[in-house]
Amino acid sequence: MSNITPEITLSARHLARSFGSKRVIHDVSLELRRGEVLGLLGHNGAGKTTTLQMLTGCLLPDGAGENACSIEICGISLLRQPVSAKAHIGYLPETPPLYRELSVNDYLMFAARLRGMKSAAAAGALAQTVQRCGLEAVGKKIIGTLSKGYQQRVGIAQAIIHRPAVIVLDEPTVGLDPTQIRDIRTLIRELGDSSSVIISTHLLGEVESLCDRVEIMQHGKLIYGDTSARMQKYGCASGFLISLRNPPPLGELESIEGVSGVEQISATQFRVLHAPEANPSAALLALAAQHGWQLEQLTPLQATLEEVFAKITEEITAAKNNPEGASE
Amino acid sequence: MIRLLALRELRSLFAMPSTWFMLAVLQFIFAWFFLARLEAFLEIQPQLAQLANPPGVTVTVAAPVFNTVALLLMMLVPMFTMRLIAEERRSHTFALLLSAPLSGLHIVLGKFCGLLVFLVLLVASVPLMLYTLSLGTALDHGLLLSNMLGLLLLTASYVALGLYVSALTTQPVIAAIGALAASVGLWLADIGATAEDSPWHLISPFNHFQSFNAGMLDSGDAAFFVLFSLFFLLLAIRRIHNNRVYG
Repeated sequence: MSNITPEITLSARHLARSFGSKRVIHDVSLELRRGEVLGLLGHNGAGKTTTLQMLTGCLLPDGAGENACSIEICGISLLRQPVSAKAHIGYLPETPPLYRELSVNDYLMFAARLRGMKSAAAAGALAQTVQRCGLEAVGKKIIGTLSKGYQQRVGIAQAIIHRPAVIVLDEPTVGLDPTQIRDIRTLIRELGDSSSVIISTHLLGEVESLCDRVEIMQHGKLIYGDTSARMQKYGCASGFLISLRNPPPLGELESIEGVSGVEQISATQFRVLHAPEANPSAALLALAAQHGWQLEQLTPLQATLEEVFAKITEEITAAKNNPEGASE
Repeated sequence: MIRLLALRELRSLFAMPSTWFMLAVLQFIFAWFFLARLEAFLEIQPQLAQLANPPGVTVTVAAPVFNTVALLLMMLVPMFTMRLIAEERRSHTFALLLSAPLSGLHIVLGKFCGLLVFLVLLVASVPLMLYTLSLGTALDHGLLLSNMLGLLLLTASYVALGLYVSALTTQPVIAAIGALAASVGLWLADIGATAEDSPWHLISPFNHFQSFNAGMLDSGDAAFFVLFSLFFLLLAIRRIHNNRVYG
């Protein structure tokens, strides 16, 4: 690797965690460089939140005193020097940690000072963050009176106000409407230019549109890690959804070359499946124009997380001898 | 850092209408006690004047008022301490403190100092009311000062106790009842023990307040309050650390 490789801001090795006798995280290791957005993808209950809590020092991993397990933030050990390491972390938990009775500005000022900023620097950071998160209009309002979307933005603002090297966001777009989701994704993308960002999510689309790299988590283990561009091949299933205003008989669609199956959803909508290597959409479009089927819509099918998991597990079992994600 | 946390605590308290309501009602109750004692004093004053060495207004008015306030604080402090940590857990704000560059010591002392300052403001009206008597008569400043110091130490012990109980749970109501049970339990054990040298007297903060109330600055009593507060503050720090261990 050359010298221009950005510094590693977060490195966690061999994290494990049990609650009682139930082991929820098994040997998780993560590494993150400056300027990278990492998506932690998994179902609810896969252990994403627990992992993030350990990375932010809210929860100690099992065997924290032993050498095998370590978390380093900008080279400072979170387990040995928690106070200095935590100054470099910004964390938005699943539920934003908001003091509902404070005003937005007071709260953000408190958050900045809490992370050790001097009050003069904090005032500047406050102005910048408020502008960045689109909170100018609500600065003097009481947090409890804000809508969910604004509260979420305040939550993100508190995590970034002290310009931390590592920003950890736990499901930042849950419960927001599509415009707000778009705004927040743009913001996260921007943050990824200067800091390292980890987001957890159960939405495949979010990872594809947002992240440079993805780690998939299932039953407390990281089962797959790669760049998100490469992961996209798992994301699209071989098939599409079409709606024809003037549909032909089902048999006619099935007989198009490359089509492996057609399923009628409603009078005008069909789900067309095909082999992964041969895409019949061009042939279908030509036929539709020729016979006047009046094509209204053609949407590639998005794979669900289950399907991606199934494919990945399949692949891992198939190539058991090759180390996972070895291709560079 | 401790000052920042304490100020946040105060700001949150004063942002809530319930705080102002409690402040208003308590001022009314304190004033009522004060006036009732003053009236009783004025009634018996002619008889007192015939005694060779009559008790002054400070002993007959101020000391009983302080004693009542001390008793009231025993029940009131849990209502304020219940929110300290339990509420942070319940509203998920505790993660902000845990992920911030703070140690458990900072969190505990910040909350302790914040609430203590608030309670000092709350009971500050009592000495102010008593000092209005100096318009008409001479006051025993030593007795007043020893009472104020005693009340401060007593409040600190109750806050430390309540803070620890609040650190044990997620439900503020449980924290309030728990702290109330502990402080009233100590008091009941104290007044229930009839033997003069019973060890129950020694562990009750209220009992140690009595010498301050009588105007006696006993370093042993002061040490008890300090140790009592330190003990529960240390337990609270320990509990916050365990929060990271057990989740």
